[in-house]
Amino acid sequence: MLFYIIRRLAIALPTLTLLIVFSFLLMHMAPGGPFTAERELPPQVLANIEAKYGLDQPIYMQMLEYIYGLVAHFDFGPSFQYKDRAVNEIIATGFPVTLTYGTLSFIVAVLLGGLLGITAAIHRNSWLDYFAVGLSIGAQVLPNFVMGPILVLIFVLWLNLLPGGGWNGGQWQNLVLPVIALSTSYMASITRLTRSSMLEVLHSDFIRTARAKGLPKRVIIFKHALKPALLPLFSYLGPIFVSMITGSVVIDYYFSTGGIGIAFVNSALNRDYAVMMGVTILMGGLTILFNLLVDLAYAWIDPKIRY
Amino acid sequence: MVKSAFIGGALAFSLLSTSALAANLHPETGEKLADEQVFTYRILDEHSSLDPQIVEDVTGSELMRDLFEGLYNQDNDGNLEPGVATHHDLSEDKTVYTFHLRPEARWSDGKPVTAHDFVFAWQRAADPKTASPYAWFVELMSLKNAKKIVAGDMSPSDLGVKALDDHRFEVTLSAPLPYFPLMTTHATTFPSPQWAIEAHGDAWTKPENMVSNGAYVLAEHVPSERSVRVRNANYWNNEETIIEKVVTLVINDENAALTRYLAGELDRTEIPSGQYPSYKKSHPEEAVSFPRLCSYYYWFNHSDSGPEAFNDKRVRQALSFALDRNVITDRIMQGGQFPAYTFTPAVTAGFEVPEVPFGQMSQKERDAKAKDLLAEAGYGAENPLEFTIVYNTSEGHKKIAIAASQMWKQKLGAKVTLENLEWKTFLTRKRAQQFDVSRNGWCGDYNEASTFLDLMHSQSSYNDGKYVNEEVDKLLSEAKTAENPQANYTRIEEIIADEMPIIPIYHYTNVYMLRANLKNWPINNAEQNWYSRNLYKTAE
Amino acid sequence: MSVHLDRSKITEDPGHHTAAGRAAEAVAGRSLYADARARFFANKAAMVSVIVLLAVLAFALFGSVLAVWDNETIDWDLIGVTAEHGAPSLANGHYFGVDELGRDLFARTVQGTTVSLMVGVVGAAIAVIVGTIYGAISGYAGGRIDNLLMRIVDILQAIPYMFVLILLLVVFGRSIAMLFVGIGLISWLDMARIVRGQTLSLKNKEFIEAAKTTGVPGLIIVFRHIVPNLIGITMVYATLLIPNMILAESFISFLGLGVQEPNTSWGALISEGASTLQYGMYWQLGFPLFFFVVTLFSFFFIGDGLRDALDPKER
Repeated sequence: MLFYIIRRLAIALPTLTLLIVFSFLLMHMAPGGPFTAERELPPQVLANIEAKYGLDQPIYMQMLEYIYGLVAHFDFGPSFQYKDRAVNEIIATGFPVTLTYGTLSFIVAVLLGGLLGITAAIHRNSWLDYFAVGLSIGAQVLPNFVMGPILVLIFVLWLNLLPGGGWNGGQWQNLVLPVIALSTSYMASITRLTRSSMLEVLHSDFIRTARAKGLPKRVIIFKHALKPALLPLFSYLGPIFVSMITGSVVIDYYFSTGGIGIAFVNSALNRDYAVMMGVTILMGGLTILFNLLVDLAYAWIDPKIRY
Repeated sequence: MVKSAFIGGALAFSLLSTSALAANLHPETGEKLADEQVFTYRILDEHSSLDPQIVEDVTGSELMRDLFEGLYNQDNDGNLEPGVATHHDLSEDKTVYTFHLRPEARWSDGKPVTAHDFVFAWQRAADPKTASPYAWFVELMSLKNAKKIVAGDMSPSDLGVKALDDHRFEVTLSAPLPYFPLMTTHATTFPSPQWAIEAHGDAWTKPENMVSNGAYVLAEHVPSERSVRVRNANYWNNEETIIEKVVTLVINDENAALTRYLAGELDRTEIPSGQYPSYKKSHPEEAVSFPRLCSYYYWFNHSDSGPEAFNDKRVRQALSFALDRNVITDRIMQGGQFPAYTFTPAVTAGFEVPEVPFGQMSQKERDAKAKDLLAEAGYGAENPLEFTIVYNTSEGHKKIAIAASQMWKQKLGAKVTLENLEWKTFLTRKRAQQFDVSRNGWCGDYNEASTFLDLMHSQSSYNDGKYVNEEVDKLLSEAKTAENPQANYTRIEEIIADEMPIIPIYHYTNVYMLRANLKNWPINNAEQNWYSRNLYKTAE
Repeated sequence: MSVHLDRSKITEDPGHHTAAGRAAEAVAGRSLYADARARFFANKAAMVSVIVLLAVLAFALFGSVLAVWDNETIDWDLIGVTAEHGAPSLANGHYFGVDELGRDLFARTVQGTTVSLMVGVVGAAIAVIVGTIYGAISGYAGGRIDNLLMRIVDILQAIPYMFVLILLLVVFGRSIAMLFVGIGLISWLDMARIVRGQTLSLKNKEFIEAAKTTGVPGLIIVFRHIVPNLIGITMVYATLLIPNMILAESFISFLGLGVQEPNTSWGALISEGASTLQYGMYWQLGFPLFFFVVTLFSFFFIGDGLRDALDPKER
């Protein structure tokens, strides 16, 4: 096990390095730079700015300095677009926002999705099952950039129940719509996943045996079926969580929550190299970390798995 | 020495009674004021910086005008009024300005605002170490030695600025510049607190560190979400301020912003293109549209990389004639924009719009003429005109480009391809003349026709189409020193209308939803330099 | 945006006891295919979906025959007055109404359907082809090569792929080709893992051993004997991948990095429709969304049906 963790961490390092190099080069290939503006800067002014941000150096030097700053001081550098802010600061304000509504959406999706899936499987081919399956597919195919405006139309304009956006320090009123919009499609996938794996377990031999022994249904489901049925869900949790965080662009866009998702898209469009790198590295690191955690948890829960 | 006429201003202010405020009535108009004086407005994107010498965007400049105060301010019509300076003297050779600063001006930490703060700020703006994107503004102001300092060939201390004493600020220009005082309303020229900057470095603009001298101070800033400013008790004219708190909310999507306005969360937001008429109907008091100092136009690429067809004046004329501007203003934008037949907008101060011939024709006549011209130039069904329009990603630009391409296709049989580019790619392509026709918008840097027409100069760095006309160059340089340049401007517009280096399309308006009880919005200020301290909310 | 591959369908390792895991085992015998076909035809939801999908396909291919307008011509009478006069009408030939510029929404929906289906199918095809070949080679080769190839997949999987896609579109400009490449190249990773897992279990079957002992070269074994045996699982995976491709495209369109005007796609139409929703132009969202939802539903049902059909244990 320990060896496995070490091996996984050993892979993480080249992965991140590759990610940094790849994004760095790709980014610098994009037309225009951070200081390409509507009002073209006079060459001398531009030269001063580029010197300040080290953009006058050859690209490999820029990359090395960037990596050095990152490794030595954990410093993602200054933002080129927001000139009195550092990338660390932008991440420090944006990431907790995304993390808050991301985690909440995650919990909602897993709990509701899991519950719905199990219920559907137990009552297979009943109206409840059809409802759950229909709802989950419906939710999965409705893009959240459609959900966003529809939710706003209903809850903000018609019912006047909730604010139309903003973060406001994370008040619950500001959280409701983003969490609904973000969690729905994930909830749908989880419902379908839980349903099919629960069905599979219910049809397996050991449950049949338990049933033949005359154990009450509730005992069979909760004592014997639940754990193996939820196992496949685990391998899905890592990617789902990361995907929620990276998929937060739409939420930030429609609900003006000011999270990390919109920061990335804007930085790509603004050629704010440092912010873009910072967010990419953060996301890459998170992906690696979560996949590792999930795999470890998986191994812990299911002793049959050996690495 | 020439005395300027600003002395009256300060006196008039002090005459206003303060007892009216206590009764919660507006001191001048006597209107009943709302209990809660909070102004909340939407911004599209986060401000670029809160450092007056570094800020470069419109949003940031709006914040700057509330947080800081320069030598002069603008009134509701865009005229100068006293700021930290009450008046100035000008030397006989018109190169040395002496600004007299009001002694009661204070920083938010209680320190007096002195001429040294201006010297520090102006030197700082020019200093290559500051690396301000607006360093060129210091050059534009013709400050002595500015160019060499920006280039790093001279020390910032050699800049033509001096504190004669605490309250006299002397500026030396390299050449006379009639509109120099107008430039002192710009954020780059605002004073900055040396002690705060030295104590906190780049972090001096954080709410807890920031020291400012305007009517408001920064109370809160959540990047990409909101910023809050509250009134500055140490502001010299704090008594006159009515709005207690100003909140800016970053809302990327204009439709979402409108929804939040309708839900009562905002006092001001933009109305998306095409929606003004219906809101004017449903909210007649709140939907407003007023002219703005901006012009929307298409560049032809005149350089070698452009299509050969565009070298023919008749082709350019035909395309310009066939573009039905009324469809674009009345059916697409629908926000009271003005169909444009000249480059310079009518709202420009001191500019008289010349009557250019094609502006006088009906669209039918123009269409007929366009077909003839294109046929003469040798393009038709067998030999269709082919070119691409590039535009940057935005609903409005997209709609106009689609409409234009359809007009040209249906009327002239031209084969038009559309190319939607994201912003930086678009700019890069435009600058490198990698386009046939490109979408453009230009807003005046100052309120005078040359801010537009200078783009037609063959040496202008904004002449993206590489249009060259010696007569235009000559007329433009003459206008710089002419007593009355209007004749030159008229002639240039006539040349544009004939040679059609660009296709003028429309002149902008600001189209807002503005709370009916938010008063005194400066709709007559074409540059839209507004100050929160001049606004107020009446009780409903 | 929820562009994530639905792993509920398939996991990489047959040891995880998922349906797809067994699908490949199931397809080993020829008679099983006949059984699977029978089971699939008996699945009502899947069969209805096939019919619906064929109808959508017919709409994409032949819809333009019915259209009075084309997808780019502006109806100058309706431009700018869409909310009042642009609703669907048989009289003026705008069966689905018009968009904000007075362009015929029927013709645009037809065109958008074509583009989106193409993105879905081509994107999925790239993923399936690349993923199958990669996974099969990796699984068959085993040992160090397998280890190396799979570590590369590990590394690529840690890249936040939506970010990379945005970067690619920014760097190389928007084009359908770039979308295919971007979406397809990133989604082959899961495919590669699944195929590798299946290959590992196939590798030791008698017919492969037989081929090996008669001296058939490795690559030929992979392409002649292993890949054909993976068709079942790749089919299931592909049907589930197509809707995800379509979703990914719609997200890209939402960001404004999608196809160029006057061309359009479901994503572009839907995101335009969503933005005019509050102004009462419901048809602008309704019609494209209907086709989008119906198609995605169908693909999911067909995917489920195929999986169930190929997996006799479940029913």
